[in-house]
Amino acid sequence: MGSRNSLLLCVLVFAVVSALFTGHPEAAWPLAQIDDYLLNILIMAGINVILAVSLNIVSGHTGQFSLGHAGFMAVGAYGSAAVTQIGGKPILNALSFLGGAAPICMFVLSLLVGGLLAALAGFAVGLPSLRLKGDYLAIVTLGFGEIIRVVIQNTEAVGGARGLTGIPAFTTLGWTWGLAAFCIYCVSALIRSTYGRGFLAVRDDEIAAEAMGVNTTKYKVTAFVVGSFFAGLAGALYAHLIGYITPEGFSFLKSVDVVVMVILGGMGSTLGVTVAAILLTALNELLRQAEQYRMVAFALLLIVLMIARPQGLLGGIDRWLQARRNRS
Amino acid sequence: MKSILELEKVVVRFGGLVAVSAVDFHVGEGELVGLIGPNGAGKTTLFNVITGVYKPTEGAIRFDAQTVDGLSASEITSRGIARTFQNIRLFSSLSVLDNVVAAFNLHLKSGFLGALWRGTQFREQERAVREEALQLLDVFGLKSAAHQPCRSLAYGDQRRLEIVRALATKPRLLLLDEPAAGMNPTEKVELMRLIRFTQERFGPAVLLVEHDMKVVMGICQRIAVLEYGRKIAEGTPGEIQQDRRVIAAYLGEEVVDA
Repeated sequence: MGSRNSLLLCVLVFAVVSALFTGHPEAAWPLAQIDDYLLNILIMAGINVILAVSLNIVSGHTGQFSLGHAGFMAVGAYGSAAVTQIGGKPILNALSFLGGAAPICMFVLSLLVGGLLAALAGFAVGLPSLRLKGDYLAIVTLGFGEIIRVVIQNTEAVGGARGLTGIPAFTTLGWTWGLAAFCIYCVSALIRSTYGRGFLAVRDDEIAAEAMGVNTTKYKVTAFVVGSFFAGLAGALYAHLIGYITPEGFSFLKSVDVVVMVILGGMGSTLGVTVAAILLTALNELLRQAEQYRMVAFALLLIVLMIARPQGLLGGIDRWLQARRNRS
Repeated sequence: MKSILELEKVVVRFGGLVAVSAVDFHVGEGELVGLIGPNGAGKTTLFNVITGVYKPTEGAIRFDAQTVDGLSASEITSRGIARTFQNIRLFSSLSVLDNVVAAFNLHLKSGFLGALWRGTQFREQERAVREEALQLLDVFGLKSAAHQPCRSLAYGDQRRLEIVRALATKPRLLLLDEPAAGMNPTEKVELMRLIRFTQERFGPAVLLVEHDMKVVMGICQRIAVLEYGRKIAEGTPGEIQQDRRVIAAYLGEEVVDA
């Protein structure tokens, strides 16, 4: 089976599973009758998958260590909330010719606005800062993430430090996992194209990549923009799940959470990072009783992993799969 | 002979240090030129200036009668200059085949939506580029290793792969930075054959930086000698071997007792 087909199959499976879980308590299908708590965790897992897979394209595939992912998520969350919450009524009126589909159309619009605004922020951050490498880039992206947060905190129009409340709850399991599948598909497709080879060449050896005619700036900025776009989508989904966003929710610690998922799953392995995002979301919930020991458990997990499997949980699995494809 | 690369009074200064000092130099179309000199003479710096890693402080570099100094390294490569590195710089996490395919990027159409949609045109291009890369590997006897990680290749084969990768950019001038470094005598003989073969088959001009005199004298048509950033001699291998200044640069001058 060709890789294109297997990916499309993945998307289909996701879509069907998600449709079964759309969360109507009176749905006929028994699987659909799960409680809200579990449903929220499943949606959070999907959002985290989008975050981790999109950071992976920047840090894992292109090798640009970024600590500002939560900043782009914030741009997406606030951008989309601005559409549905602040601009809600007039936009709904404008879309009223669509009848019953108007709210959903508004949600799609808000997702697009959130994603595109975040992509724009990614471009603005990426272009100047990608001249830096390694630790320096990490510090600059960390700074940008914090700047975004502080700017939001001081913007009264979006609620300032109090946050933004009353965002309509549009996010469902179907939307989340559908977009997660879309994100995984886009990243996987991009990796197996001229773009992916550019990304990997930049990661492996920037000087050699330049010498082989690979325009390293173009590929680095592309990775940043794509990564930010999906981070923005994740932020938009998050805002319309929780219904209430504050600048504090998108602090540096959130960025670190995503970095941990990427490292745990294996830098550059889309499959590994997806699994890690789901596992860590679940672990987070399982350890909720032991709230104060949670970070200790995370730290121990990371230390053990770095000793036992420095390439990450499933690092290298993509290459192994590809090698198997080539043999057959 | 029409010259493909011309350097005119090129100066490279790093602060107070003059690494390359007013060097005039040219490479003819299809020619095989050697660049030698003692350690620290500025050979690699000159390489880096030609390939756009550094910009010349003064002077001009013309490739194919067009000024190329100041362009980025990738733009210079797209004009037709490719290089290998003194210390091997392969894309270490990629397979042998993907190393070559990555260097084809320059000549491929890369549409963002095309990559996502993966239509017929996209797949046809991907297939064609793999085919072409495999053929290139086949010519250099690396086809059987195509799907191996490039790190698993023997040292000599990694050098060879670097040359294959450079050829994938379809250069008209190929710069080889100490290709014989760390090779044993058998590998060196093999390397000389390889360079000659590359020229016969693909026809690029070759500029070779090398310490190994056997290799340089064995294959170069013309040799330029650098010392302390200056060009002190230029000529055929025979002429260079007789040149007093070159002998002095390498062996020191004779002391005449008073």
